[in-house]
Amino acid sequence: MIQAILVFNNHGKPRLVRFYQRFPEEIQQQIVRETFHLVLKRDDNICNFLEGGSLIGGSDYKLIYRHYATLYFVFCVDSSESELGILDLIQVFVETLDKCFENVCELDLIFHMDKVHYILQEVVMGGMVLETNMNEIVAQIEAQNRLEKSEVNRVLLCRPG
Amino acid sequence: AKYISQCIDEIKQELKQDNIAVKANAVCKLTYLQMLGYDISWAAFNIIEVMSASKFTFKRIGYLAASQSFHEGTDVIMLTTNQIRKDLSSPSQYDTGVALTGLSCFVTPDLARDLANDIMTLMSHTKPYIRKKAVLIMYKVFLKYPESLRPAFPRLKEKLEDPDPGVQSAAVNVICELARRNPKNYLSLAPLFFKLMTSSTNNWVLIKIIKLFGALTPLEPRLGKKLIEPLTNLIHSTSAMSLLYECVNTVIAVLISLSSGMPNHSASIQLCVQKLRILIEDSDQNLKYLGLLAMSKILKTHPKSVQSHKDLILQCLDDKDESIRLRALDLLYGMVSKKNLMEIVKKLMTHVDKAEGTTYRDELLTKIIDICSQSNYQYITNFEWYISILVELTRLEGTRHGHLIAAQMLDVAIRVKAIRKFAVSQMSALLDSAHLLASSTQRNGICEVLYAAAWICGEFSEHLQEPHHTLEAMLRPKVTTLPGHIQAVYVQNVVKLYANILQQKEQAGEAEGAQAVTQLMVDRLPQFVQSADLEVQERASCILQLVKHIQKLQAKDVPVAEEVSALFAGELNPVAPKAQKKVPVPEGLDLDAWINEPLSDSESEDERPRAVFHEEEQRRPKHRPSEADEEELARRREARKQEQANNPFYIKSSPSPQKRYQDTPGVEHIPVVQIDLSVPLKVPGLPMSDQYVRLEEERRHRQKLEKDKRRKKRKEKEKKGKRRHSSLPTESDEDIAPAQQVDIVTEEMPENALPSDEDDKDPNDPYRALDIDLDKPLADSEKLPVQKHRNAETSKSPEKDVPVVEKKSKKPKKKEKKHKEKERDKEKKREKEKKAEDLDFWLSTTPPPAPVPAPAPSTEELSVNAITTPKDECEDAKTEARDEEGNAEGQDQDKKSPKHKKKKHKKEKEERTKGKKKSKKQPLGSEEAAGEPVQNGAAEEEPLPPESSYSLLAENSYVKMTCDIRGSLQEDSQVTVAIVLENRSSSILKGMELSVLDSLNARMARPQGSSVHDGVPVPFQLPPGVSNEAQYVFTIQSIVMAQKLKGTLSFIAKNDEGATHEKLDFRLHFSCSSYLTTTPCYSDAFAKLLESGDLSMSSVKVDGIRMSFQNLLAKICFHHHFSVVERVDSCASMYSRSIQGHHICLLVKKGENSVSVDGKCSDSTLLSNLLEEMKATLAKC
Repeated sequence: MIQAILVFNNHGKPRLVRFYQRFPEEIQQQIVRETFHLVLKRDDNICNFLEGGSLIGGSDYKLIYRHYATLYFVFCVDSSESELGILDLIQVFVETLDKCFENVCELDLIFHMDKVHYILQEVVMGGMVLETNMNEIVAQIEAQNRLEKSEVNRVLLCRPG
Repeated sequence: AKYISQCIDEIKQELKQDNIAVKANAVCKLTYLQMLGYDISWAAFNIIEVMSASKFTFKRIGYLAASQSFHEGTDVIMLTTNQIRKDLSSPSQYDTGVALTGLSCFVTPDLARDLANDIMTLMSHTKPYIRKKAVLIMYKVFLKYPESLRPAFPRLKEKLEDPDPGVQSAAVNVICELARRNPKNYLSLAPLFFKLMTSSTNNWVLIKIIKLFGALTPLEPRLGKKLIEPLTNLIHSTSAMSLLYECVNTVIAVLISLSSGMPNHSASIQLCVQKLRILIEDSDQNLKYLGLLAMSKILKTHPKSVQSHKDLILQCLDDKDESIRLRALDLLYGMVSKKNLMEIVKKLMTHVDKAEGTTYRDELLTKIIDICSQSNYQYITNFEWYISILVELTRLEGTRHGHLIAAQMLDVAIRVKAIRKFAVSQMSALLDSAHLLASSTQRNGICEVLYAAAWICGEFSEHLQEPHHTLEAMLRPKVTTLPGHIQAVYVQNVVKLYANILQQKEQAGEAEGAQAVTQLMVDRLPQFVQSADLEVQERASCILQLVKHIQKLQAKDVPVAEEVSALFAGELNPVAPKAQKKVPVPEGLDLDAWINEPLSDSESEDERPRAVFHEEEQRRPKHRPSEADEEELARRREARKQEQANNPFYIKSSPSPQKRYQDTPGVEHIPVVQIDLSVPLKVPGLPMSDQYVRLEEERRHRQKLEKDKRRKKRKEKEKKGKRRHSSLPTESDEDIAPAQQVDIVTEEMPENALPSDEDDKDPNDPYRALDIDLDKPLADSEKLPVQKHRNAETSKSPEKDVPVVEKKSKKPKKKEKKHKEKERDKEKKREKEKKAEDLDFWLSTTPPPAPVPAPAPSTEELSVNAITTPKDECEDAKTEARDEEGNAEGQDQDKKSPKHKKKKHKKEKEERTKGKKKSKKQPLGSEEAAGEPVQNGAAEEEPLPPESSYSLLAENSYVKMTCDIRGSLQEDSQVTVAIVLENRSSSILKGMELSVLDSLNARMARPQGSSVHDGVPVPFQLPPGVSNEAQYVFTIQSIVMAQKLKGTLSFIAKNDEGATHEKLDFRLHFSCSSYLTTTPCYSDAFAKLLESGDLSMSSVKVDGIRMSFQNLLAKICFHHHFSVVERVDSCASMYSRSIQGHHICLLVKKGENSVSVDGKCSDSTLLSNLLEEMKATLAKC
């Protein structure tokens, strides 16, 4: 099971927070902060696994992360997931984002937070891996986008915060 | 924050508007704010509003917000139930998908219960996109609503073989999650997974399956044996590192499970270790890390094979990555032996010096201590070396683990008698340089060491070389800067020292010297009396008085030393940490009961002040310091003993100190020390541990020589010195004797210690609820709750013979009931046994790459639940019996319940779904059965043409009907007809009714109370372009002949222009093949059947067949529901069974251009009809 998926930038600002287990908002923020501090002090050329036990329940959990330019993608998983598998999954997720946004950057994640969630929903559902084939994911996303476009003429942009 | 609150106000305004687009936008903003940590639960209702928007765009936003913010405590969540149900059954797959995704995040027990059935239906949705989501969400549903697991499981199992790889992997995912928590219930799936493992190419699925096997093997060692070979093949062949790693991991798990029984797997271990070495040597840090991780698992069972890679692991200690270093440390922990301990620790010590960052250094420190102290200091051969290591460790700055070192020092000094002298000398040196330790900083954890040092010096003061010197060191003014608890120990031990010195001086007759010491005490102790720490103060003032008294006595020349040292007589025994727990509660002692009834509040309030006052008055005289006479001294002695018992250290090591007069340490221990000590003791400072490494080597060398000598000259041994006396008895298999014995003064346990260590499982573990035996056949009481309005629908749907049963007289039933139940129980048992046998059978077949006999049970295991009824029973009687059974059970459950009908309907529905399941399963099963022979057959690997078992029933411009007829597995003489209706027009079809003209032989099962001529409604409507399936049950009297039934479908087609009433006639063709059910048969059972001779025979031959034999068999399996029993070249035996229990055996032979089919069957008419049908099928080939 994947327990949480966190994306934050080099300054620890959350860009995507997805928990598959209920935590109150303050705790969520605290977890993000702590994870950020754990990850930040690690060089890029050292391994991508962290035993982050205390954050989200038990020693069974691991943090698996990747660092892309300004963003950290952190998956918190338990022992039923393969470490290398999850690394691949992060890669798939990021590549999918890249395809859907055409050269994804941090700003895309801020302005299209909902879309990022929709993409994530096609990859991971309720903490379990749904689809790993990128073409399939992109196809589903595009189909849904078409559906959306047919409903609304103008693209709905949300500019919160 | 101000900006945010402004935004929130704005959002609140937006939410109040009627425009759904604005609302959705506001909700979207809220979702963003939620991510930033703002609570948005106040908007829950608005989120639901957006969720129920008709447009996908908004719905999606709503569900997203809900999935982020809803949880079990959200009270409005129950409002969503109907909305979600609506979305789940929406014609648009994306509406459904979005609802499923959302639900996966906020499913509650209530939602799970209410929606379980809807999700079950979605699991067989036509779109794989929905199927896989539905399958995944089932896991969440199981977690929240465990009752749903058993009814849903067969379908889940079926999804393991879904044609869509996504669905398949989802199912694997879910079952893996389930099995991880309660593996034993899923052992029976092993054959299925095994097949998937050998056939799947999807690395994701493979990884999951392999991980699952890792969890299963500990439960079933035979499984492990079977796995090894395919896994090693995978290891050799795969290029994906992730897969390789998981394979290695599982092989390790297998080896662990096997390690007890089978020692001859060294090849696989070697392979694993080799592959891991490659991983560790890889430049990718991730692989290195995982390699080390896996290595540590091997270490547990096969330490030898890992030890050969010590170089590599030590190398990892130099890695720049901290996690890798920590992993390597973990490994080292397991790798040490008597031989290499010193070397490894030396290496670690250099790392300690180099290490920057206190956390890592602390980790190193604890590891060093762990490594050395593991399993009762098993690997330490020289404790002097260890003590000096500990002393060296005290020079670390800023470590938090001072208390750990201290504890080790105490432990070693107490338990290894022989080392005490050395330890004491080291400790006194430590105390001497205490200012170094203490001065650095007050909060420095390392000063804890002084606690141990002071205690050791005091307790074993007889070993001190210069007690006077140490005494002075302990009484330095600097000491008062130490933490209170250390000072307290100082004070206590100063007295011990003092007592010792006093005795020495008195024995030597140096009365002046003795008085000088006393004077020193009297001078220095007041600094402690002024201490702010209560404990220190109390002890110090007590002792000060005592010393003053002694001073007076000394002035009178009274020898006091004996008495003073008697204060501290007695030896301490270490007590096992569990000892306290193991003291059994004496009979009649209730620890929870009040000793005195608690006073009521009012009483105690009144009484308390008075009582306190009273007490004070009484105490005052006691406390007044009286003149110290002998009596008082005795009392004080008692008090001191009491105090001693309260000393924190005493409490720790001996709650019940057994007082024994200290026997002078055994002579046999001392000589050991003498030889090795000669060098270090001359060094005035602290000896370096390195010297010991050298010394140790010399010693070992010497020992070896001595050993050789000893063999020759045994008598000389005794002269050679007592040195070996202690070392010889514990020679290890590695020929290294420890220099000192850990005098494992065995830790004390109460005599009647109770065996403990019970499993304390957390009863609240949510996964425990899912610990359900899945092999049991479904009981009638277990079914998913169906919503009420659905019941109404189903009640109209066709039913089996409820009316027939109802009419039957109830008298004979009661008698029969018991009997039947018994029988049923038996049957269940038999089924279970059979299942177990299947697994055993599968496991016991030794050649791993699935040979022919193995897959047969594995593929058919699916249907085991439903088959295997005793064959010799009369068919008619059985039909009746079954009916009654069903009814009896039904009655049993709801005799008095008004819900009787409802339950019945549920049951019907349940059975319908079962039937449906079966009908879907069959083609798969047969395809497999057909697919198997390919493996051992010739090179005819033509792809099978895609086939559907659904045949066209009728069609017109509005609707197309296809149908599939299956023998019902639950009830004899019944078939299930699945009719797929596809709307081809642009109008909505509703009010559909199916009327079938019953014949004498075949009757449609209708809902209660409806007459033969009434139509049966179709339980759904069809929007344009949609298709759906309805199932009907027919009861057949005689199945030996094929027959046709006429029927009409009437419906209303409604479009924009209006509604029209339409009809479509059809003919339902019940072929003899449709009465057959695919049933597995073992070759030996098959042979017996043929031998029995009560089967009639018939045969046909068809010419001009060009199709491969392989595909031919597949066709027969598929269209006529046979399964292949055995196949040799171009000849195959097949078996099937009719719903009324006829056995049909076939021998199919392929000639040049022809196929001949010989059949044997218990009914000749049936056989000839079947063969005719088969001929028709074959002719088409």
